Amino acid sequence: MSSDKSTMIEFKDVHKYYGDYHALRGITATIKAGEFFSLLGPSGCGKTTLLRTIAGFEGISSGVVLIDGKDVASIPANQRPTNMVFQSYAIFPHLTVAQNVGFGLRKDPRSAADKARAVDESLAMVGLSGFGARAAHALSGGQRQRVALARALILKPKVLLLDEPLSALDKKLRENMQVELIKLQRQVGITFILVTHDQEEALVMSDRIAVMFEGQIAQLDSPETLYRLPKTSAVANFIGTMNFLPASIISEGGGKVEVEAQGFGRIVLDADKQVTGVASPGGATVGFRPETATILFEGQSATDRETMATVEEVVYYGDMTYYDVLLDGTSAPMRLSMRNVFGRPVLDIGTRTRVGWSSGALVMFR
Amino acid sequence: MKIPVLRIYTISYLMFLYCPIIILPIFAFNNSSAVAFPLQGFTTEWFHNVFNDAVLGQALKNSLFVASCTAVLSALLGTLAARASTRYTFKASGPLMALIMLPMVLPEIIMAMALLVVLLSLGVRLSLFTIILGHVLVCTPFAVAILTSAFQSLDKSLEEAAYDLGEGPVSTFRLIILPLVMPGIISSLLICFTISLDEFIVANFLGSGEPLLSTFIYGQLRFPKYVPNIMALGTILVAVSITLLALAEFFRRRGLAKTGAKDTGGFL
Repeated sequence: MSSDKSTMIEFKDVHKYYGDYHALRGITATIKAGEFFSLLGPSGCGKTTLLRTIAGFEGISSGVVLIDGKDVASIPANQRPTNMVFQSYAIFPHLTVAQNVGFGLRKDPRSAADKARAVDESLAMVGLSGFGARAAHALSGGQRQRVALARALILKPKVLLLDEPLSALDKKLRENMQVELIKLQRQVGITFILVTHDQEEALVMSDRIAVMFEGQIAQLDSPETLYRLPKTSAVANFIGTMNFLPASIISEGGGKVEVEAQGFGRIVLDADKQVTGVASPGGATVGFRPETATILFEGQSATDRETMATVEEVVYYGDMTYYDVLLDGTSAPMRLSMRNVFGRPVLDIGTRTRVGWSSGALVMFR
Repeated sequence: MKIPVLRIYTISYLMFLYCPIIILPIFAFNNSSAVAFPLQGFTTEWFHNVFNDAVLGQALKNSLFVASCTAVLSALLGTLAARASTRYTFKASGPLMALIMLPMVLPEIIMAMALLVVLLSLGVRLSLFTIILGHVLVCTPFAVAILTSAFQSLDKSLEEAAYDLGEGPVSTFRLIILPLVMPGIISSLLICFTISLDEFIVANFLGSGEPLLSTFIYGQLRFPKYVPNIMALGTILVAVSITLLALAEFFRRRGLAKTGAKDTGGFL
């Protein structure tokens, strides 16, 4: 993501109340032109409300929403340069596919033939050429999704809003559509804003992700930064899995932090790249992802450090095996994920094993 | 041997309910002015009488006028009420809807009497219009019931999608909402028409003497020689009522199929 891209959407301290319920609690963020941006969070975190404030379906209680530099407070939904793909797709069931896709062109001054051509182009873009004459209510879920996309994109909006568009599709179809949406976004170059509760979907598709909890943005970063260096343990746990070990800071200075972590002993961490979160008094926590530590099978040696552990739980997934291991000197099991490469055994519960890890893969939460 | 109690009960229940109606067409074609068994022979004389009776013709015209006006007004009011109750949440929306639906369960004779007293004390002259007034009161709850189900099965995001694509509230209603609830509107038009057509109590209380079908039939029953005519007229009315109700149900179901909504129960 280059930094010279202009700002498409800007939220300045946006609050939204429903009666006494504080749905959005001071959202401040910018979304750049042409980026694939995701709002990620559990249900009820305000992500859909935030999306609907962009579309104009939801007013805000205080703050400012700017689209392409313009305050949109007084612009109704039907005049905003945004179009939306609804969670239910909202395909008009009494119209044909072509009538659905061309619905937004009703006030377009172009000739009927030009409009028909635009509809055909839009349908071709989503891979539905030749479907124009079909009745909309007879389409499959995946096809409805595509019609909804074609209908929104035909108006060439500055921003395309997607409200959990893939949640109703089955897993295979969903994964295909994820790839197609990324391609489509690159092709049209329009800013896409996706609302999703599926962290994997957000990681796969987005240039940047805003993780939301309880009406606030907990972290706004690239997928890689979010995964590698989450700001809080809540973000870390929402995006993938993270193991946590209680730790205490021994010394700080010169860009280094030395900590004593339960089970791992003394570790030196890079203060810029590995230490995250807001400084708070009391205990710190050291975290690591399941795939960054490894069970050392016979004959294998650690790349950096190793600790003895006992296998407490084994979950076999075919290509992967998940182990819950209790590191010596700790009280809660850690989750490890091991790829089942050829010739590698699956350990039994109760097995004593060595666990290899590297201090470079650790993250510390203050 | 096990006695099929429930089966016997069901069959006798249905017979009790529908046998009298089956009697109607039987005697309508019976060649005897006495409504009694044994049957005499086949005739269409009574139907001829029905079609050639000038007073009956006037009663039919009046009834069709009253029923048409009632159907249109009730469907219109029902559309507004159903739209308001499904689209907006407002204080007292519950009690308000209950008040609108109340005439469905209120004894009609009480309503008719109350209306009569009010109209007379206001100095309103009784006419076909006062009957229409009463019929709208009776029919609107049915229209509301049908249309509420039609509006409820509308996905709210359809409306938002239309706004999102540049339409205003009026054009959204015309282009999206109206076509989707149209089957419900047609169905409530037909039901209200049917109810009004054979309604007696309100027509009897609030009329000024112009005959309606129902009051005409009631008047004729006093003269034994007219009874076969009434049988013929009754046969026609039953046939028309069943046809209209079936049409109403057809449109209601087609509306559900169109929007892909779940069937939440109808009148047939």
